[in-house]
Amino acid sequence: MKELITGAEALMRSLEHQGVKTLFGYPGGSIMPVFDALYDHRSTLHHILVRHEQGATHAAQGFARTSGQVGVCLVTSGPGATNTITGIADAMIDSTPIVVIAGQVGTAFLGSDAFQEVDLVGITQPISKWSYQIRRAEDVPYAVARAFYIAASGRPGPVVLDFAKNAQVEKIEYEPLSIDFVRSYVPVPDTDSMSVIRAAEYINKAKKPLVLAGQGVELGGAQDELRRFIEKAQLPVGCTLLGLSVLSSEHPLNMGMLGMHGNLATNVKTNECDVLIAVGMRFDDRVTGNLATYARQAKVIHFDIDPSEINKNVKADVAVLGDCKQTLRAVTELLVPTDHKEWIASFEPYRRKEMEKVIEPEIHPAAGPLNMGEVVRAVSEAAHHEAVLVTDVGQNQMMSARYFKYTRNRSIVTSGGLGTMGFGLPAAVGATFAVPDRTVCVFMGDGGLQMNLQELGTVMEQKAPVKMILLNNNYLGNVRQWQAMFFHRRYSFTPMLNPDYMKIAEAYGIPSRRVIDRADLHAAIAEMLTTDGPFFLEACVVEEGNVLPMTPPGNSVDEMLLEC
Amino acid sequence: MEKTLYTLIVYSENIAGLLNQITAVFTRRQINIESLNVSASSIKGVHKYTITAWIDEENIKKIVSQIEKKIDVLQAHYFTDDEIFSHEIALYKLSTPVLEKDPRVSALIRRYNARVVEVNPTYSALEKDGATEDIISLHDELQKLGCVLQFVRSGRIALTKSCVERVNEFLADREARYLQHKNEKA
Repeated sequence: MKELITGAEALMRSLEHQGVKTLFGYPGGSIMPVFDALYDHRSTLHHILVRHEQGATHAAQGFARTSGQVGVCLVTSGPGATNTITGIADAMIDSTPIVVIAGQVGTAFLGSDAFQEVDLVGITQPISKWSYQIRRAEDVPYAVARAFYIAASGRPGPVVLDFAKNAQVEKIEYEPLSIDFVRSYVPVPDTDSMSVIRAAEYINKAKKPLVLAGQGVELGGAQDELRRFIEKAQLPVGCTLLGLSVLSSEHPLNMGMLGMHGNLATNVKTNECDVLIAVGMRFDDRVTGNLATYARQAKVIHFDIDPSEINKNVKADVAVLGDCKQTLRAVTELLVPTDHKEWIASFEPYRRKEMEKVIEPEIHPAAGPLNMGEVVRAVSEAAHHEAVLVTDVGQNQMMSARYFKYTRNRSIVTSGGLGTMGFGLPAAVGATFAVPDRTVCVFMGDGGLQMNLQELGTVMEQKAPVKMILLNNNYLGNVRQWQAMFFHRRYSFTPMLNPDYMKIAEAYGIPSRRVIDRADLHAAIAEMLTTDGPFFLEACVVEEGNVLPMTPPGNSVDEMLLEC
Repeated sequence: MEKTLYTLIVYSENIAGLLNQITAVFTRRQINIESLNVSASSIKGVHKYTITAWIDEENIKKIVSQIEKKIDVLQAHYFTDDEIFSHEIALYKLSTPVLEKDPRVSALIRRYNARVVEVNPTYSALEKDGATEDIISLHDELQKLGCVLQFVRSGRIALTKSCVERVNEFLADREARYLQHKNEKA
């Protein structure tokens, strides 16, 4: 007779079979059999104990975004499970492959309002790619194999496994299982060869083409294909927030970031181009501004792996469905080498204007307190523009996205779609486990840091080499900026009374330094980067600084404010 | 944009919780479902949903692609009334004393071709199938005569008029790809 093992043990073996080496989690009543099984697998499955389940999901996201592998969370039922909701929703909207495994009460108790019972499948269905309840031990290999396949394939996303306690302890014969086919699920749609030909025709005829590159390029591993595509026909590129590292910041065709706080040139030119070529991006409202006036003059070509993104926000004249690694290659073959010299040169005055009015004053101020942008650029430079940037949400996010430079793939981890404050610190912890050879810098505000401050405990215990930079302005800065601009400077609950962060860092045994004077900035950054392990750098920045330029909500992308 | 009564036909794997996922696509976009019917289809293990909603074409397209995106959904398509054979059934419970007293009630029953399935001293039950408009119009007229105790409609069920069975083709194509994929691996 074959060996009989528990469902919990089957989960361990299934995770190992999927190649999982790292998981982020927190034990509790309904997942105890699994944690008990994990105790015997500590040498192969590296479990990182977080301090809150939300932290586990963001850590798994940071892990997934930097490594390209599936991030895994292991939590208990009830509150353990509901604490993962924000991370699941975040991973859904930002297409991040994670698998959340949560305990559940035994099937006999389901629906009885048992202790720590919550309808997790019901709660997560609208915010996950797939959500499944494991009710019998024999379903474990199938559920895990399907979960990993669905999370990672096509347009990635979060998958939830709700693991009933009886299924954790029942015994089964285990057979490893891999799944790479689900009848009802088409991860990569077929590419219509006509769409490839028509896309190439439009681009070849274009006088003023503009490429919008999104995270899809990164997810599809098509960074080289994108580069060859744009270089062959000399197509200028704007990157979305999540797509910032798909093309080196130094590339001559990289014209900068798109969106509300993106660069002036890319935004203005969106409403001047004759052919708009979107690759792996979803025309989020933070990118498009007012849709009614967005790129109306342009023919739109949309490359995407997800058919439901086509015509969702912006109507496409040509939709190139499929995996952009293949479709970009196919279109590139049909391109006629061109130079678009005049068109590319026409970006320059806008770049110069932004440099002069916004960028230079931000990163090289003559006097006054530290600016966020200057701290960010100084860190990026000190790390030779090769670090992984993790951000929290708010002004710190926009400033670090704008002023950090990217020279390597998968170098930005930020909560784009959901805008989750508290994302940064745990996501950075996750990233350090995914890419231990890279420097991971996380920029946070004083608001967001405190939303998952408890994860300093994880940093401490794991000695996770996170370079934490707090851009402290004693405000919920982004909301304060909007209050200043659109609510008559009525600072309703945005000033923040802060604790002494040096003492907090000290309590966790994390080396730290506070910088107030400009003269100390570079030495402090050097100390941070040369210190082994984690470091906490608090930069006391100008209190009422504004992120500029800005497309006010409802405005057209070519109506950016350079001052306010 | 002009609203039309579209009929949406969805085929899915027989998996618990899918109904929720499908209806959530409508509710999230503030679109009311007029009627909904779920049953097994002619294909073993495949369920068929027939859903109607008043909506414009741009939005029905978005709804269809969002529904098709669900992992366990096989296919979703939308149709206008001229592209389908559709049918609905309704039951009416009427007060027998009113029915006996007012001859207009039985005249209505005959005019609308409804079937009487039960008569007792307290109530009578009618059954009517056909087009939704007729069913509703019979109800409205009976209501005016003050004899309706209960009324229920089944929701529309529909068959496509097309000579192509798209879901069968999809399944055959998926099957072929699966076999090809398996052979390539072997």
